[in-house]
This record gives sequence, C-alpha cells and structure tokens, in this order.
Amino acid sequence: MIVLGLESSCDDTAAAIVIDGRLCSNEVITQMEHSRYGGVVPELASRLHEQKILPAVRRSLELANVSLDQLSGLAVTVGPGLAGALMVGLNFAKGLAQARGIPLVCINHMEGHLWSNFLERPLQDDDCPFICLLVSGGHTQLWRVDRMGSYRLLGSSLDDAAGEAFDKGARLLELGYPGGPAIDKAAQSGDPTFVEFPRPLAGSAGCDFSFSGLKTALYYQLRRMDPATIASRRQDLAASYQQAVVDCLMDRLRKAVELTGMTRVCVAGGVAANSLLRERLDTWAAADHLVVSYPPQQFCTDNAAMIAMAGHFRLMQGERSPLSAEIKPNLRMDQLATN
Amino acid sequence: MWTGTRTTSPGETREAGALFVATLPPGTVAALHGELGSGKTTFVKGMAAGLGLEDQVSSPTFALIHEYGAPALLYHIDCYRERSLVRWQSLGLSEYFDGQARTVVEWAEIIATLLPDNAVHVYFTHGEREDERQIEVRV
Repeated sequence: MIVLGLESSCDDTAAAIVIDGRLCSNEVITQMEHSRYGGVVPELASRLHEQKILPAVRRSLELANVSLDQLSGLAVTVGPGLAGALMVGLNFAKGLAQARGIPLVCINHMEGHLWSNFLERPLQDDDCPFICLLVSGGHTQLWRVDRMGSYRLLGSSLDDAAGEAFDKGARLLELGYPGGPAIDKAAQSGDPTFVEFPRPLAGSAGCDFSFSGLKTALYYQLRRMDPATIASRRQDLAASYQQAVVDCLMDRLRKAVELTGMTRVCVAGGVAANSLLRERLDTWAAADHLVVSYPPQQFCTDNAAMIAMAGHFRLMQGERSPLSAEIKPNLRMDQLATN
Repeated sequence: MWTGTRTTSPGETREAGALFVATLPPGTVAALHGELGSGKTTFVKGMAAGLGLEDQVSSPTFALIHEYGAPALLYHIDCYRERSLVRWQSLGLSEYFDGQARTVVEWAEIIATLLPDNAVHVYFTHGEREDERQIEVRV
C-alpha cells in the first residue's frame, strides 16, 4: 500500500509517502523561515499553504519515486488546528481522492504525533499499552494508550504549553526565536541552581500541568535584577528556567506511571527535542527499568510522515472517510477524526 | 459596560473576566493588551466560564486561534507569535469577527488596523505587588 500523508494544521505545509509501512519521503515547507520577531515581515511569511501544498506533494512523490497513479491511500490532518489552514489540506486531499478514485482517511493531528515514535521502527504488539507525553508549543498532555486508537486523557496543561513556556521565557531572556532551542543552547553552559523557580503543581494529586506561573516568576525575577547582572547571568537564568520546566514534565510523567503501573513511555512533540528532557528520560528509564522512547529530532515537530503512518495503520484496518468529511479545529486526541 | 478593576489573585482575574463578558454583546470583539504574565489568558478563562462554556481554555499562542463551544460561542485569538497582517487576513480573521460569536484577541495591538471600530479594549498592567493586576476597559 502506498499512502500519501498531508499535514497543514498550523504553520507548516507537509507531504510524505509511506510504502507498506515504511517511510519513503518526508517534505516540510515551513510558513516562516525567518525569525518571527524581526521588524519587517519578509514576503515569505505572506505565502499560504495553498501555494506550498502542490510543491510539497510533488517533491514527496519524486523522492519516493512514486507517481500519482500508484497511490493507494490518502491520509490528511483534519484537526486540531487552524480552520483556514486545515481546509487547504483537506480540500486538496478530497480533490485528489475524487479525481483519482483514491481512498481517503482523515487523521487526528495529535494521534499523528504518537506515530512519530514508530517511523523508524515499526509498532510491535508489545509496545502497547503505554503512557504518552505529548509536549509541544501548543499542547502538554499525558495520555494512556491502551492500543492505537484507544486513548484516555490523564492530564493536560491548565494554561500555557511547555513549548510556549520555553518560547516566552526565551523572549524575556532576550535569547531569540525559536525559544526552545535557544534556551536549550544557553542552558548548556549555565548553572541550573542559580535561581530556584517554582515547579507549579509538582507533587499534586492528578497529572495536570501549569506553566503560566513559572513564566510570571521569571518576569519578576528579571524585574528584581539590574540589566548588567541579567546580561552576565543569562546562561544561569536559562539553565534554572529550563530545569524548572523539565522538572515539572518529569514529575507529572512519574505520577502518570505511578497511577497506571505502566512500564512503557513515549514522548512526542516539539519539546521532545529538548536535550535536558532527553537526558532525564534516559536516566529515569535506566534507573526504574522502564522502556522510554522519543522520536528522532526531525520528527518531533509537525510533519506529514506521522500522518502518512497513522493513515497506513487506519487504512489497513479498513477505515475510510467520506468525501463529505469536514475539518475539526478543536478535535481532541480521543475523538474520532472521521464521523 | 464593566469598566475594570484591580485584582490580587488569578481567581479574582477570572471573576473579572466573567463580569466583563456579561456586558459584552454577542458578535463583539474584545481586544486585550498587556505584557507577558499580566493576566490576559486567565481573564479569558473567566470569560469562557461566564458564557457557561465547559471547554478547557488554554493559551492559543502557538495554535493562534482556539474555538470554544460547538458551534463556537467564543473565539480566542493570540497574536503574540504571528506579526504578519497578511497572514492574519489569509486566516480569515474578518470571518471570525463578523459572526455572532464573541471574539477575544490577546496582543491585539499587533492587528490594530484589522480590528473592527467597535472593539472593546482591555488593558492589563502588573501592579507594585507581584500578585497585583490592574485591568482597565477603554472603548
């Protein structure tokens, strides 16, 4: 089976080809390849998904050495995401499905992220059940995955996502954009014990997260310091702040494992690229005899490979979506992409 | 029209949001202005609760737009991360503004020229004390 996956839920337009469960191409065209806080907005930023979707599809087909006629399935993200952006991907997929008579399957973007852990190695029978931490700029959620397609929410962020906490922290620290990698880099040479930032909700009963107060704590910390001291201790501030964010993630993850008794953990989403988080996950896995996985760096952020793989799985199970399928901007992972 | 208040906790900021939304007619845009951590998202949580919505309200900084209620009764827009007016236009901003749902925009100054004339502006500032927020409405 040859599946074309399409992803256009937010900034990036992406297409990928999966042949018999194996990833053969993965193209991502980003909305903005410039720093997002510059003064003049380059022309690049004004381009739309619709101008990129065709080049992305063409390139993914070329790289996989596949023609349109050979496609046996189409997988497209229908939510969650921006209505206008999702519509571009879905309408393109519907048009192609109709014109070429190719089966279509709608995919939940959040479920797609789960599959980013199974792109380089196939999903095995004993991989499930597991705990999944989905952690990105837009989401911080803990899920119990009994099998692919069966999810139960254990907890989520009550305010800001962890990736957003990194981003806004980097902005306050004047470290540039994107904030996650900028803080990660600055923290490498910093002292994580310089400031004891709060760990909101750490040790609390459930599995929820909160990062808004941490951001505000950094704001007040900087307000109390003079500019010269901030400049000389920027790395230490970054390291202390990163430590607090990662501590919160690890605390909640431990809680989820404790509550469910599970021994397998998958982390997915943009923040899974954070080096301190990866290091802490590895240490934890070794100490507590857990099987912990996170995706290769290139599959942490939004991509179509994960959508194509989710599509392969669902199409193999006989699932099809009608051409009347609609976008679902506020879809949750435990809700069906297809009605 | 509710004109503003001084709050000393996130709970009070939420209550302020609920009081505010009760005076905001359907189809109106609320434009929020204020620094990082000044209480804007907390205020929106109160607005959603005031409308009787049970959706979990979280920051739309990355997603850009969150929709609450089905059909949507409240659109929650955040301009912090996207400064291109062209992109906002291409996302169909005017369609969100034209409907019967209320719309609340964080970092609204970024899209000042795209806001409807009758938008209600709410300003958030940090107080002297760390838990203090001043919230002020200007039409």
